[in-house]
Amino acid sequence: MISPVATVTSPAAEQQDQGPFADLVQEILALTRRLFLQLLRRPSTLIAGILQPLIWLVLFGALFSNAPDGLLPGGMSYGRFLGAGVIVFTAFSGALNAGLPVMFDREFGFLNRLLVAPLRSRNSIVFASVIYITSLSLLQSLAIMGTAALLGYGWPGAAGLVLVSFTLLLLVFAFTALSLGLAFALPGHIELIAVIFVANLPLLFASTALAPLSFMPDWLGWLAALNPLTFAIEPIRAAYGGPLDLGAVLLDAPYGGVSGYGCLTILLLVTIGLFLIIRPLLNRKLA
Amino acid sequence: MIELKQLEKSYGMVQALKGLSLSVPQGCLYGLLGPNGAGKTTTLRILCTLLAPDSGTVTVAGLDALSDPRAVRLELGYVAQEVAIDKILTGRELLQLQGDLYHLRSSDRNARIDELIDCLGMESWIDRRCGTYSGGMRRRIDLASGLLHQPQLLVLDEPTVGLDIESRSAIWQLLRELCAKGTTVLLSSHYLEEVEALADRMAIIDDGRVIAEGTPDQLKQQLGGDRVTLRVREFSDASEAEQVRQLLEGVDGVCQVVVNRAQGFSLNLVVESEQVLPRLREQLDGVQLPVFALAHSRPSLDDVYLQATGRTLMDAELAVAGQRDAKLERKKAMR
Repeated sequence: MISPVATVTSPAAEQQDQGPFADLVQEILALTRRLFLQLLRRPSTLIAGILQPLIWLVLFGALFSNAPDGLLPGGMSYGRFLGAGVIVFTAFSGALNAGLPVMFDREFGFLNRLLVAPLRSRNSIVFASVIYITSLSLLQSLAIMGTAALLGYGWPGAAGLVLVSFTLLLLVFAFTALSLGLAFALPGHIELIAVIFVANLPLLFASTALAPLSFMPDWLGWLAALNPLTFAIEPIRAAYGGPLDLGAVLLDAPYGGVSGYGCLTILLLVTIGLFLIIRPLLNRKLA
Repeated sequence: MIELKQLEKSYGMVQALKGLSLSVPQGCLYGLLGPNGAGKTTTLRILCTLLAPDSGTVTVAGLDALSDPRAVRLELGYVAQEVAIDKILTGRELLQLQGDLYHLRSSDRNARIDELIDCLGMESWIDRRCGTYSGGMRRRIDLASGLLHQPQLLVLDEPTVGLDIESRSAIWQLLRELCAKGTTVLLSSHYLEEVEALADRMAIIDDGRVIAEGTPDQLKQQLGGDRVTLRVREFSDASEAEQVRQLLEGVDGVCQVVVNRAQGFSLNLVVESEQVLPRLREQLDGVQLPVFALAHSRPSLDDVYLQATGRTLMDAELAVAGQRDAKLERKKAMR
């Protein structure tokens, strides 16, 4: 700092207004870039995020490999059955963690740095998280699907791939919204981690990720048939199961059959519902 | 440039601002002086649109900060007290992010970053990760990000707290030059010397209110009188100090004599003018008392603070030092 300001207030290269939309894109990209730089420089999250589901797939897939044929509906092998569950579970846990970086930004005061800046919309902070988590989840899912294919558990095909991506997008949006809402509602990261910890595994077990409804007692069957994860798992499982027919009943729930379209509609409603619930909270916190 | 009127703000039971009003003219280097917990940070956070007051009005550069916060954000740069920095990014990446949040074109942005790297002397470490930076480096990065969009108002919360002398004087120099080039600068500080050395105008804040306002010289002159510190021996005892006090109180031109127990029973006097000094010596010579030390000074800002609140700034600091609620503080800063 020997020759201080010589140029600090030199005539500004006059800033032409580039329009609100371009501003919005610029700020969202900058915030997203930050999250990806963090990921690349601390790749342990990424590595763990891909390794963990693969371990699930290999170990859990092998667990029932000697079970009698025809045990599962449609005569699927357990590995193939499990694939859909692991994909959904991975995307779900990733999305549930989406609030953590935001929570740390709140706690360390970095969020204040963002909030004194003249952002076009403070929702950009939320969008950046959604873009980041979504890309990450799709990447993880591709890794799982590749591994599942290598293990001989099948590949969904082109139409199936579109269906898988669409389903995962809905699921990731829903739980990212929930997690971001929690990140603004809870007092600190300890509480957020506690909620994630409590929600994570029970939601997995009370879904059709690991076993079909027909294996479960009535009460658990009800829970599983109401669990949003189930509505994501069934279409993806159908994509793995053979010729794709979303009109067919995929979930034989205690309250009646749910078709593939039904599953996707419910998932869409859950997503919209969660966004509507957290919106007032975000508006208040980011006002 | 800044008009704050009748600001009130409470955190739960604690009333941080009790009707604070402040007016900062354009192009001024303005100092907010006050002990920790006086409400300086709350005031600045309201000014920077991070916090909404419970009541009162905030106008910055003619813009209403409460109804149009984004317009105000465009005009000001804020250098916060607790430097929040992304440890994983390099300094340059942090500045680029900042530039994008202010919607600078990328060519302008990079040119501007290079300019600031140059004038804040950051080139040797700007491409290292922020996590490795020292306090002085962080403060420079923060200054740079506050100045990136060339705001007409720069707001700094305790800009030199915890810095070495060299960094501190470099920041002082920078602020002076900014101000000379037309930027309005508002800084808070609990260092008397800092405000005294830097500020064109200042306000003393205590307990959520402005208790004195003006140029540092005005404030000192309003007090009137000169200050004298006198010791008859290096270490006097209480009875001797009391004896001297009574002796000096009678001297013509002495307004007030206080025994300062905290400084080895030295005597603090308020006198009408310099001419009183020889008379003090005569009086002591008359009773065969020596003069170990005699210091004469104009009233300081600390005296101003003392006069307004009945305690010294140091005492006020110590009084709140033990009762700051770290948890509450963190909550206040969190959104």
